[in-house]
Amino acid sequence: MTQSSALPPAPPSSGGVSNEISMLTVSGLNKTFVLHLQHGLKIPVLSNINLSVAAGECVALVGQSGAGKSTLLRSLYGNYGADSGYIHVRHDNETVDLATAPPRAIVDIRARTIGYVSQFLRVVPRVATIDVVAEAARDTPPEEARNRAAALLSRLNIPARLHALPPATFSGGEQQRVNLARGFIGAHPILLLDEPTASLDNANRDIVIAMIAQAKAAGTAIVGIFHDTVVRDAVADRLYHVVPIQDVI
Amino acid sequence: MTAPMISQADGYNFAYLDEQTKRMIRRSILKAVAVPGHQVPFGSREMPLPYGWGTGGIQVTAALLGTDDVLKVIDQGADDTTNAVSIRRFFARTAGIATTTRTAEATIIQTRHRIPETPLRADQIIVYQVPQPEPLSGLESSRTETSRMHGLADYGLMHVKLYEDITRYGHVSISYDYPVMVGGRYLMAPSPIPAFDNPKMDRMAALQLFGAGREKRIYAVPPYTEVRSLDFDDHPFRASRAPHTCNLCGADDSYLDEVVTDDKGGRMFVCSDTDHCEERRDGR
Amino acid sequence: MADETLLSARGLTLHFGAIPALVDVDADLWPGEVLAVVGESGSGKSTLLNVLAGRMAPDAGAVWYRDPIGALHDVHAMPAPALRTLHRSDWGFVHQNPRENLRMAVTAGGNVGERLMARGSRHYGDIRAEAISWLRQVEIDAGRVDDFPRTFSGGMLQRLQIARTLVTHPRLVFMDEPTGGLDVSVQARLLDLIRTLVRRLGIAAVLVTHDLAVARLLAHRIMVMQRGRVVESGLTDRVLDDPKHEYTQLLVSSVLSA
Repeated sequence: MTQSSALPPAPPSSGGVSNEISMLTVSGLNKTFVLHLQHGLKIPVLSNINLSVAAGECVALVGQSGAGKSTLLRSLYGNYGADSGYIHVRHDNETVDLATAPPRAIVDIRARTIGYVSQFLRVVPRVATIDVVAEAARDTPPEEARNRAAALLSRLNIPARLHALPPATFSGGEQQRVNLARGFIGAHPILLLDEPTASLDNANRDIVIAMIAQAKAAGTAIVGIFHDTVVRDAVADRLYHVVPIQDVI
Repeated sequence: MTAPMISQADGYNFAYLDEQTKRMIRRSILKAVAVPGHQVPFGSREMPLPYGWGTGGIQVTAALLGTDDVLKVIDQGADDTTNAVSIRRFFARTAGIATTTRTAEATIIQTRHRIPETPLRADQIIVYQVPQPEPLSGLESSRTETSRMHGLADYGLMHVKLYEDITRYGHVSISYDYPVMVGGRYLMAPSPIPAFDNPKMDRMAALQLFGAGREKRIYAVPPYTEVRSLDFDDHPFRASRAPHTCNLCGADDSYLDEVVTDDKGGRMFVCSDTDHCEERRDGR
Repeated sequence: MADETLLSARGLTLHFGAIPALVDVDADLWPGEVLAVVGESGSGKSTLLNVLAGRMAPDAGAVWYRDPIGALHDVHAMPAPALRTLHRSDWGFVHQNPRENLRMAVTAGGNVGERLMARGSRHYGDIRAEAISWLRQVEIDAGRVDDFPRTFSGGMLQRLQIARTLVTHPRLVFMDEPTGGLDVSVQARLLDLIRTLVRRLGIAAVLVTHDLAVARLLAHRIMVMQRGRVVESGLTDRVLDDPKHEYTQLLVSSVLSA
């Protein structure tokens, strides 16, 4: 599944964070939704997107509501398919094009390279919160995964007494923090964040900012949508403007 | 030869069945011998006795008998019970052949529910009367499915039955018609002989034939074929018998019948094999 | 990531009279992967499952299975005994109605132990210990080992069927609507159980379901069927969130939330 790459080979790892390593490179990405149930209505959302994110860098997607920020972020996760262009991802020291990778490759990339924190928590009902988080840990023995999950949840102010409960009955803010724990426990080299602090109070928001900073310091490449400008200013190295496509074909 | 020669009754073919029917049965027998433990269908005839009285065994015996054969018939080990006496007399009249009660003197032994205590020889044939030839019948009601299970040697279900027995009673509760594997291939019902007799089937020198008249099946165990009673490693098969000695001959290794002697609880244990018991008492 | 498929089908076609049940269907399954087959009643998804499992022969096309030593077997050309052996060791089949698979007159322990015995296990104590261990794994109290399935609830019966199927550690399990006919609350627990076991044991599974939510929670990949054809396939969440085909869009828009 290794695709021919436009990227230079990775420089030898120096152990530190290097802006030389591009973890994610999007080039000429186009995306149009075709709604067959609306008589084949075509809604172009992304046009010629070009974006590169280095290790340790955080890029914030900005643009007005409906501009396609969420669509772009989901495309970077392979959740939405790309019509054309490529999404080169650094995976196992090789470059893989997410736009054309077979489903199995994407499953593997998600398991080991790209983490995603969505706005909504979608999990199997009746599974304990700690297990929801622990199972997102990569290549970790179950006991250690649970310990790390407990630590992360506690750091995000989910009290230990809630760890054994399924998150379905939690408040919106609590569910979002469970989602964050799930996204961060894997320590993926690339992390996609969709409104990670939308329903958090200031105290928890600051914790998330600290976690993002910590991930960056560890070399994680981050792309996120942050409506909260405080958070955005605190974590983003760069803004990427997603421009809405006005003319519907 | 202790039995008197009786001339063959008029109006009947030798050994009652017509020659074409005997041929058909012999063909089934040959096939059964060729595939040990496999049930071979045959065109079972109406016989002058009811189903359950040995119609299958009689037809097999009829197809085997020659003029110089010596026939012994036992029912539950005894030569003098109604079923045994009737069948013995039936062949004495329709075939004019010699009969005996002595195991050692017989060339063909037809039996219901026992194997004689005296070891059988290579020049003898034992014919079992079989009510239900299908060992899986109580577990799987579909004939099509049991045929498939035999075809594929898929016998896990039989072990499930043993598993359930041990779970429920602490041991395998099957005391007769205890299922066996023949030649490591076919699961077989040994007919309702006591499990005590099962080991006698293993590598027996005599040819063993099984006839089920109502169910229209013949099967066989050729001489010296391995016959293994199903069991578990940690619950091995045991041939059990009543823990007594024979009140008549004193045998402590034969299969015993319990006989109630009065209505005050009096009882005695005697050899089920009457010939064996008599020979021991005769002090041979 | 293994590159060799565990199961591959090419050009599967099957007609029931004039009705096309399968039309030129291809499918691949890799080790440890869960593939969902979704569609409405009559779409051919259950037929596909039966053909993949060798329980129903196609008019045309072939199914190949790669055994643990890497040899390929044409499932529909295999001798019946070999296929049967496969079905009671390397493969498993979970029916929607557990009563079709379970022996209702045999204890829970006997039901779980049957495949072990069919495979040649001949130690009562070991079989029983293994059965108890599996009852625990499917969250049935070990004290129920000697109870008959008729005393079990619907959810327990389905879990017992799963224990009975997984006891031989199959590499490939076919599941036909495993959560169908169960209360929603029971479904959730069963889903979690299936997901956990499949993941822990590295089992590959073909899962037939009409419930898109079940497919989303369990499957890596999904195939959408309509009138015997695969109209769309791919990564589960992409097919459900960014459906391309008209029928998939209809299917996704027809459910309350998937």
